[in-house]
Amino acid sequence: MSATAQAGVAQVSTAERVQYLLRLADTSLIAGQRLAELLGHGPTLEEDLALGNISLDLIGQARLLLSLAGRIEGNGRDEDALAFLRDAPQFRNMSLAEQPNGDFAATIVRQCLLDAWQLETYESLTGSREEALADIAHKAVKECRYHWRFSAGWLVRLGDGTEESHARVEAALGALWRFTDELLTPDALDARMAVCGIGPAPGLISERWEARVGAALAEAKLQKPPHQHYPWHGKRGVHSEHLGHLLTEMQFVPRAYPGATW
Amino acid sequence: MNEDWVLYEVFIRSRSGLEHKHVGSLHAADARMAIEHARDVYTRRQEGVSIWVVPSSEIVASDPLEADALFEPARDKVYRHPTFYAIPDEVKNI
Repeated sequence: MSATAQAGVAQVSTAERVQYLLRLADTSLIAGQRLAELLGHGPTLEEDLALGNISLDLIGQARLLLSLAGRIEGNGRDEDALAFLRDAPQFRNMSLAEQPNGDFAATIVRQCLLDAWQLETYESLTGSREEALADIAHKAVKECRYHWRFSAGWLVRLGDGTEESHARVEAALGALWRFTDELLTPDALDARMAVCGIGPAPGLISERWEARVGAALAEAKLQKPPHQHYPWHGKRGVHSEHLGHLLTEMQFVPRAYPGATW
Repeated sequence: MNEDWVLYEVFIRSRSGLEHKHVGSLHAADARMAIEHARDVYTRRQEGVSIWVVPSSEIVASDPLEADALFEPARDKVYRHPTFYAIPDEVKNI
Protein backbone atom coordinates (compact mmCIF):
# COMPACT_ATOMS: atom_id res chain seq x y z
CA MET A 1 0.00 0.00 0.00
CA SER A 2 1.36 3.42 -0.90
CA ALA A 3 1.89 6.23 1.61
CA THR A 4 -1.00 8.27 0.18
CA ALA A 5 -3.32 5.29 0.35
CA GLN A 6 -2.37 4.75 4.00
CA ALA A 7 -3.13 8.38 4.68
CA GLY A 8 -6.50 8.05 2.93
CA VAL A 9 -7.68 5.06 4.93
CA ALA A 10 -6.27 6.57 8.13
CA GLN A 11 -8.56 9.60 7.74
CA VAL A 12 -11.60 7.56 8.68
CA SER A 13 -12.32 5.57 11.82
CA THR A 14 -12.41 1.80 12.01
CA ALA A 15 -16.10 1.99 12.86
CA GLU A 16 -16.82 3.99 9.71
CA ARG A 17 -14.90 1.53 7.52
CA VAL A 18 -16.83 -1.37 9.08
CA GLN A 19 -20.18 0.38 8.59
CA TYR A 20 -19.40 1.02 4.96
CA LEU A 21 -18.39 -2.60 4.34
CA LEU A 22 -21.57 -3.77 6.05
CA ARG A 23 -23.65 -1.73 3.59
CA LEU A 24 -22.09 -3.64 0.72
CA ALA A 25 -22.00 -7.01 2.49
CA ASP A 26 -25.55 -6.90 3.83
CA THR A 27 -26.98 -5.76 0.50
CA SER A 28 -25.42 -8.81 -1.17
CA LEU A 29 -26.41 -11.13 1.67
CA ILE A 30 -30.04 -10.06 1.87
CA ALA A 31 -30.50 -10.01 -1.92
CA GLY A 32 -28.89 -13.46 -2.06
CA GLN A 33 -31.21 -14.79 0.63
CA ARG A 34 -34.25 -13.34 -1.19
CA LEU A 35 -33.27 -15.15 -4.39
CA ALA A 36 -32.54 -18.34 -2.42
CA GLU A 37 -36.21 -18.29 -1.36
CA LEU A 38 -37.05 -18.96 -4.99
CA LEU A 39 -35.07 -22.20 -5.23
CA GLY A 40 -37.39 -24.85 -6.56
CA HIS A 41 -40.01 -22.22 -7.42
CA GLY A 42 -38.51 -20.71 -10.59
CA PRO A 43 -40.83 -20.56 -13.59
CA THR A 44 -38.70 -23.13 -15.43
CA LEU A 45 -35.82 -25.40 -14.51
CA GLU A 46 -33.42 -23.16 -16.42
CA GLU A 47 -34.55 -19.93 -14.72
CA ASP A 48 -34.57 -21.67 -11.36
CA LEU A 49 -30.89 -22.51 -11.82
CA ALA A 50 -30.10 -19.01 -13.07
CA LEU A 51 -31.67 -17.39 -9.99
CA GLY A 52 -29.90 -19.92 -7.76
CA ASN A 53 -26.54 -19.19 -9.40
CA ILE A 54 -27.03 -15.45 -8.87
CA SER A 55 -28.03 -16.05 -5.27
CA LEU A 56 -24.83 -18.03 -4.68
CA ASP A 57 -22.71 -15.29 -6.28
CA LEU A 58 -24.28 -12.73 -3.95
CA ILE A 59 -23.83 -14.84 -0.85
CA GLY A 60 -20.21 -15.46 -1.88
CA GLN A 61 -19.65 -11.69 -2.09
CA ALA A 62 -21.29 -11.27 1.31
CA ARG A 63 -18.99 -13.88 2.87
CA LEU A 64 -15.85 -12.11 1.65
CA LEU A 65 -17.12 -8.68 2.68
CA LEU A 66 -18.37 -9.78 6.10
CA SER A 67 -15.09 -11.54 6.82
CA LEU A 68 -13.22 -8.38 5.90
CA ALA A 69 -15.53 -6.25 8.06
CA GLY A 70 -14.99 -8.62 10.98
CA ARG A 71 -11.20 -8.50 10.58
CA ILE A 72 -11.15 -4.69 10.46
CA GLU A 73 -13.53 -4.45 13.40
CA GLY A 74 -11.16 -6.62 15.43
CA ASN A 75 -13.70 -7.93 17.95
CA GLY A 76 -13.41 -11.55 16.87
CA ARG A 77 -16.67 -11.64 14.89
CA ASP A 78 -16.43 -13.81 11.77
CA GLU A 79 -18.72 -13.93 8.74
CA ASP A 80 -21.15 -16.28 10.49
CA ALA A 81 -21.38 -14.17 13.63
CA LEU A 82 -22.10 -11.11 11.50
CA ALA A 83 -24.62 -12.84 9.24
CA PHE A 84 -26.51 -14.86 11.83
CA LEU A 85 -26.16 -13.14 15.19
CA ARG A 86 -27.11 -9.55 14.38
CA ASP A 87 -30.70 -8.32 14.60
CA ALA A 88 -32.49 -6.27 11.95
CA PRO A 89 -31.48 -2.80 13.25
CA GLN A 90 -27.82 -3.80 12.96
CA PHE A 91 -28.17 -4.69 9.28
CA ARG A 92 -27.01 -2.04 6.81
CA ASN A 93 -28.41 -3.37 3.53
CA MET A 94 -30.13 -1.13 1.02
CA SER A 95 -33.91 -1.25 1.58
CA LEU A 96 -34.41 -2.39 -2.01
CA ALA A 97 -32.61 -5.68 -1.34
CA GLU A 98 -35.05 -6.79 1.36
CA GLN A 99 -38.23 -6.20 -0.67
CA PRO A 100 -40.22 -9.41 -1.21
CA ASN A 101 -39.96 -11.43 -4.41
CA GLY A 102 -43.59 -10.82 -5.40
CA ASP A 103 -44.31 -12.08 -8.89
CA PHE A 104 -41.54 -12.78 -11.40
CA ALA A 105 -41.76 -9.21 -12.72
CA ALA A 106 -41.21 -7.76 -9.23
CA THR A 107 -38.20 -10.04 -8.69
CA ILE A 108 -36.73 -9.00 -12.03
CA VAL A 109 -37.29 -5.27 -11.45
CA ARG A 110 -35.75 -5.43 -7.97
CA GLN A 111 -32.74 -7.33 -9.27
CA CYS A 112 -32.36 -5.06 -12.27
CA LEU A 113 -32.27 -1.85 -10.20
CA LEU A 114 -29.94 -3.47 -7.67
CA ASP A 115 -27.70 -5.19 -10.23
CA ALA A 116 -27.07 -1.88 -12.01
CA TRP A 117 -26.09 -0.29 -8.69
CA GLN A 118 -23.84 -3.18 -7.67
CA LEU A 119 -22.20 -3.32 -11.08
CA GLU A 120 -21.34 0.39 -11.11
CA THR A 121 -20.35 0.35 -7.45
CA TYR A 122 -18.00 -2.62 -7.71
CA GLU A 123 -16.60 -1.34 -10.98
CA SER A 124 -15.65 1.84 -9.15
CA LEU A 125 -14.45 -0.02 -6.03
CA THR A 126 -11.81 -1.91 -8.03
CA GLY A 127 -9.82 1.32 -7.49
CA SER A 128 -10.62 1.60 -3.76
CA ARG A 129 -7.88 2.52 -1.33
CA GLU A 130 -9.23 -0.19 0.95
CA GLU A 131 -7.09 -2.71 -0.87
CA ALA A 132 -8.82 -5.87 0.34
CA LEU A 133 -12.11 -4.33 -0.80
CA ALA A 134 -10.63 -3.58 -4.24
CA ASP A 135 -9.67 -7.28 -4.52
CA ILE A 136 -13.20 -8.38 -3.67
CA ALA A 137 -14.59 -5.84 -6.17
CA HIS A 138 -12.45 -7.32 -8.95
CA LYS A 139 -14.13 -10.68 -8.40
CA ALA A 140 -17.61 -9.28 -7.80
CA VAL A 141 -17.70 -7.07 -10.87
CA LYS A 142 -17.52 -10.05 -13.22
CA GLU A 143 -20.42 -11.69 -11.44
CA CYS A 144 -22.41 -8.46 -11.45
CA ARG A 145 -21.94 -8.06 -15.19
CA TYR A 146 -23.71 -11.37 -15.70
CA HIS A 147 -26.42 -10.53 -13.16
CA TRP A 148 -27.16 -7.32 -15.03
CA ARG A 149 -27.19 -9.11 -18.37
CA PHE A 150 -29.72 -11.57 -16.94
CA SER A 151 -32.04 -9.11 -15.21
CA ALA A 152 -31.90 -6.40 -17.89
CA GLY A 153 -32.55 -9.07 -20.52
CA TRP A 154 -35.69 -10.11 -18.70
CA LEU A 155 -36.74 -6.49 -18.10
CA VAL A 156 -36.76 -5.99 -21.87
CA ARG A 157 -38.53 -9.29 -22.54
CA LEU A 158 -41.27 -8.49 -20.03
CA GLY A 159 -41.57 -4.78 -20.82
CA ASP A 160 -41.59 -5.35 -24.56
CA GLY A 161 -43.56 -8.60 -24.26
CA THR A 162 -47.28 -9.14 -23.90
CA GLU A 163 -49.85 -6.73 -22.51
CA GLU A 164 -49.89 -8.76 -19.30
CA SER A 165 -46.11 -8.86 -18.85
CA HIS A 166 -45.81 -5.14 -19.61
CA ALA A 167 -48.50 -4.29 -17.05
CA ARG A 168 -46.84 -6.42 -14.38
CA VAL A 169 -43.36 -5.05 -14.90
CA GLU A 170 -44.72 -1.50 -14.99
CA ALA A 171 -46.51 -2.04 -11.68
CA ALA A 172 -43.37 -3.49 -10.11
CA LEU A 173 -41.31 -0.56 -11.34
CA GLY A 174 -43.81 1.89 -9.84
CA ALA A 175 -43.75 0.08 -6.51
CA LEU A 176 -39.96 -0.29 -6.21
CA TRP A 177 -38.74 2.98 -7.67
CA ARG A 178 -38.89 4.83 -4.33
CA PHE A 179 -36.06 2.62 -3.03
CA THR A 180 -33.61 3.80 -5.69
CA ASP A 181 -33.15 7.18 -4.01
CA GLU A 182 -31.20 5.45 -1.23
CA LEU A 183 -28.88 3.79 -3.75
CA LEU A 184 -28.08 6.99 -5.56
CA THR A 185 -28.02 9.71 -2.91
CA PRO A 186 -24.82 9.64 -0.87
CA ASP A 187 -25.25 10.29 2.85
CA ALA A 188 -22.58 11.53 5.28
CA LEU A 189 -20.82 8.15 5.49
CA ASP A 190 -20.76 7.71 1.70
CA ALA A 191 -19.28 11.19 1.41
CA ARG A 192 -16.60 10.41 4.01
CA MET A 193 -15.65 7.22 2.15
CA ALA A 194 -15.41 9.14 -1.11
CA VAL A 195 -13.14 11.79 0.37
CA CYS A 196 -10.64 9.23 1.67
CA GLY A 197 -10.69 7.22 -1.57
CA ILE A 198 -12.37 4.11 -0.19
CA GLY A 199 -15.76 4.69 -1.82
CA PRO A 200 -16.82 6.03 -5.25
CA ALA A 201 -16.68 9.74 -6.02
CA PRO A 202 -19.96 11.54 -5.23
CA GLY A 203 -22.39 11.52 -8.12
CA LEU A 204 -20.43 8.93 -10.13
CA ILE A 205 -22.68 5.98 -9.34
CA SER A 206 -25.93 7.87 -9.85
CA GLU A 207 -24.79 9.25 -13.21
CA ARG A 208 -23.76 5.82 -14.51
CA TRP A 209 -26.74 4.09 -12.95
CA GLU A 210 -29.18 6.56 -14.56
CA ALA A 211 -27.60 6.01 -17.96
CA ARG A 212 -27.56 2.22 -17.66
CA VAL A 213 -31.06 1.83 -16.25
CA GLY A 214 -32.46 4.55 -18.52
CA ALA A 215 -31.26 2.71 -21.64
CA ALA A 216 -32.72 -0.59 -20.42
CA LEU A 217 -36.07 1.04 -19.61
CA ALA A 218 -36.22 2.63 -23.05
CA GLU A 219 -35.49 -0.69 -24.73
CA ALA A 220 -38.15 -2.30 -22.53
CA LYS A 221 -40.67 0.39 -23.62
CA LEU A 222 -41.11 1.47 -20.00
CA GLN A 223 -41.43 5.00 -18.66
CA LYS A 224 -39.02 6.05 -15.93
CA PRO A 225 -41.21 6.72 -12.88
CA PRO A 226 -41.04 10.20 -11.29
CA HIS A 227 -38.51 10.72 -8.51
CA GLN A 228 -39.81 9.50 -5.17
CA HIS A 229 -38.34 10.10 -1.78
CA TYR A 230 -38.16 7.24 0.71
CA PRO A 231 -36.91 8.48 4.07
CA TRP A 232 -36.35 5.16 5.91
CA HIS A 233 -32.94 4.04 4.85
CA GLY A 234 -31.81 0.47 5.33
CA LYS A 235 -28.22 1.55 4.98
CA ARG A 236 -28.59 3.44 8.24
CA GLY A 237 -30.35 0.50 9.91
CA VAL A 238 -33.95 1.63 9.47
CA HIS A 239 -35.69 -1.23 7.72
CA SER A 240 -39.09 -2.18 6.39
CA GLU A 241 -40.96 -4.96 8.21
CA HIS A 242 -39.82 -7.42 5.55
CA LEU A 243 -36.26 -7.73 6.83
CA GLY A 244 -37.31 -9.18 10.20
CA HIS A 245 -39.25 -11.98 8.51
CA LEU A 246 -36.35 -12.73 6.19
CA LEU A 247 -33.87 -12.89 9.09
CA THR A 248 -36.16 -15.16 11.11
CA GLU A 249 -35.85 -17.78 8.40
CA MET A 250 -32.19 -17.15 7.55
CA GLN A 251 -30.95 -17.14 11.14
CA PHE A 252 -33.13 -19.84 12.66
CA VAL A 253 -30.73 -22.79 12.56
CA PRO A 254 -27.57 -21.08 13.90
CA ARG A 255 -29.59 -19.49 16.70
CA ALA A 256 -31.55 -22.60 17.66
CA TYR A 257 -28.45 -24.82 17.46
CA PRO A 258 -25.44 -22.60 18.24
CA GLY A 259 -22.19 -23.90 16.78
CA ALA A 260 -23.92 -26.62 14.73
CA THR A 261 -21.89 -27.85 11.75
CA TRP A 262 -22.68 -30.15 8.88
CA MET B 1 -43.22 -24.27 -19.45
CA ASN B 2 -44.40 -21.83 -22.06
CA GLU B 3 -45.11 -23.70 -25.28
CA ASP B 4 -43.55 -20.84 -27.25
CA TRP B 5 -40.16 -21.87 -25.89
CA VAL B 6 -38.35 -24.16 -28.28
CA LEU B 7 -35.77 -26.86 -27.69
CA TYR B 8 -32.09 -26.10 -28.24
CA GLU B 9 -29.19 -28.55 -28.34
CA VAL B 10 -26.17 -27.42 -26.34
CA PHE B 11 -22.53 -27.95 -27.24
CA ILE B 12 -19.72 -27.07 -24.83
CA ARG B 13 -16.00 -26.72 -25.50
CA SER B 14 -14.31 -27.77 -22.29
CA ARG B 15 -10.90 -26.26 -23.06
CA SER B 16 -9.35 -24.19 -25.79
CA GLY B 17 -8.14 -26.44 -28.59
CA LEU B 18 -10.70 -29.13 -27.97
CA GLU B 19 -13.89 -29.60 -29.95
CA HIS B 20 -17.39 -28.63 -28.84
CA LYS B 21 -19.24 -31.64 -27.47
CA HIS B 22 -22.94 -32.21 -27.21
CA VAL B 23 -23.93 -32.04 -23.54
CA GLY B 24 -27.72 -31.93 -23.59
CA SER B 25 -30.69 -29.79 -24.49
CA LEU B 26 -32.84 -27.09 -22.93
CA HIS B 27 -35.78 -24.79 -23.60
CA ALA B 28 -35.48 -21.09 -24.38
CA ALA B 29 -37.43 -18.32 -26.05
CA ASP B 30 -34.58 -17.38 -28.39
CA ALA B 31 -30.88 -17.91 -29.05
CA ARG B 32 -29.67 -15.34 -26.53
CA MET B 33 -31.71 -16.91 -23.77
CA ALA B 34 -30.51 -20.34 -24.85
CA ILE B 35 -26.88 -19.27 -24.38
CA GLU B 36 -27.68 -17.87 -20.94
CA HIS B 37 -29.57 -20.99 -19.93
CA ALA B 38 -26.74 -23.17 -21.21
CA ARG B 39 -24.30 -21.13 -19.15
CA ASP B 40 -26.45 -21.54 -16.05
CA VAL B 41 -27.34 -25.20 -16.53
CA TYR B 42 -24.20 -26.70 -18.06
CA THR B 43 -21.20 -24.59 -17.00
CA ARG B 44 -21.81 -24.17 -13.26
CA ARG B 45 -18.78 -26.29 -12.41
CA GLN B 46 -16.37 -24.73 -14.90
CA GLU B 47 -17.18 -27.29 -17.56
CA GLY B 48 -16.56 -24.95 -20.46
CA VAL B 49 -14.93 -22.00 -22.17
CA SER B 50 -17.29 -21.77 -25.14
CA ILE B 51 -20.95 -22.56 -25.80
CA TRP B 52 -22.82 -23.32 -29.01
CA VAL B 53 -26.58 -23.65 -29.14
CA VAL B 54 -28.54 -24.94 -32.10
CA PRO B 55 -32.33 -25.18 -32.43
CA SER B 56 -33.07 -28.90 -32.20
CA SER B 57 -35.37 -28.60 -35.20
CA GLU B 58 -32.37 -27.54 -37.32
CA ILE B 59 -30.53 -30.79 -36.67
CA VAL B 60 -30.85 -33.28 -39.49
CA ALA B 61 -30.51 -36.82 -38.18
CA SER B 62 -29.84 -40.11 -39.86
CA ASP B 63 -32.78 -42.48 -40.01
CA PRO B 64 -32.44 -45.37 -37.52
CA LEU B 65 -34.17 -47.62 -40.07
CA GLU B 66 -31.28 -47.03 -42.45
CA ALA B 67 -28.67 -47.95 -39.86
CA ASP B 68 -27.82 -51.23 -41.59
CA ALA B 69 -27.19 -49.57 -44.92
CA LEU B 70 -25.26 -46.69 -43.42
CA PHE B 71 -23.10 -48.42 -40.83
CA GLU B 72 -22.90 -52.17 -41.48
CA PRO B 73 -20.52 -51.91 -44.44
CA ALA B 74 -17.81 -50.36 -42.22
CA ARG B 75 -17.87 -53.14 -39.68
CA ASP B 76 -15.45 -55.54 -41.42
CA LYS B 77 -12.99 -52.89 -42.60
CA VAL B 78 -10.70 -52.68 -39.58
CA TYR B 79 -7.85 -51.50 -41.77
CA ARG B 80 -9.51 -48.10 -41.81
CA HIS B 81 -8.66 -47.63 -38.13
CA PRO B 82 -5.42 -45.72 -37.56
CA THR B 83 -4.27 -48.38 -35.10
CA PHE B 84 -1.20 -49.31 -37.12
CA TYR B 85 0.66 -46.15 -36.18
CA ALA B 86 2.62 -45.51 -33.01
CA ILE B 87 1.33 -42.30 -31.37
CA PRO B 88 4.04 -40.24 -29.65
CA ASP B 89 3.45 -39.78 -25.93
CA GLU B 90 3.45 -36.01 -26.32
CA VAL B 91 0.31 -36.08 -28.46
CA LYS B 92 -2.74 -35.76 -26.25
CA ASN B 93 -6.45 -35.89 -26.89
CA ILE B 94 -6.50 -38.43 -29.69
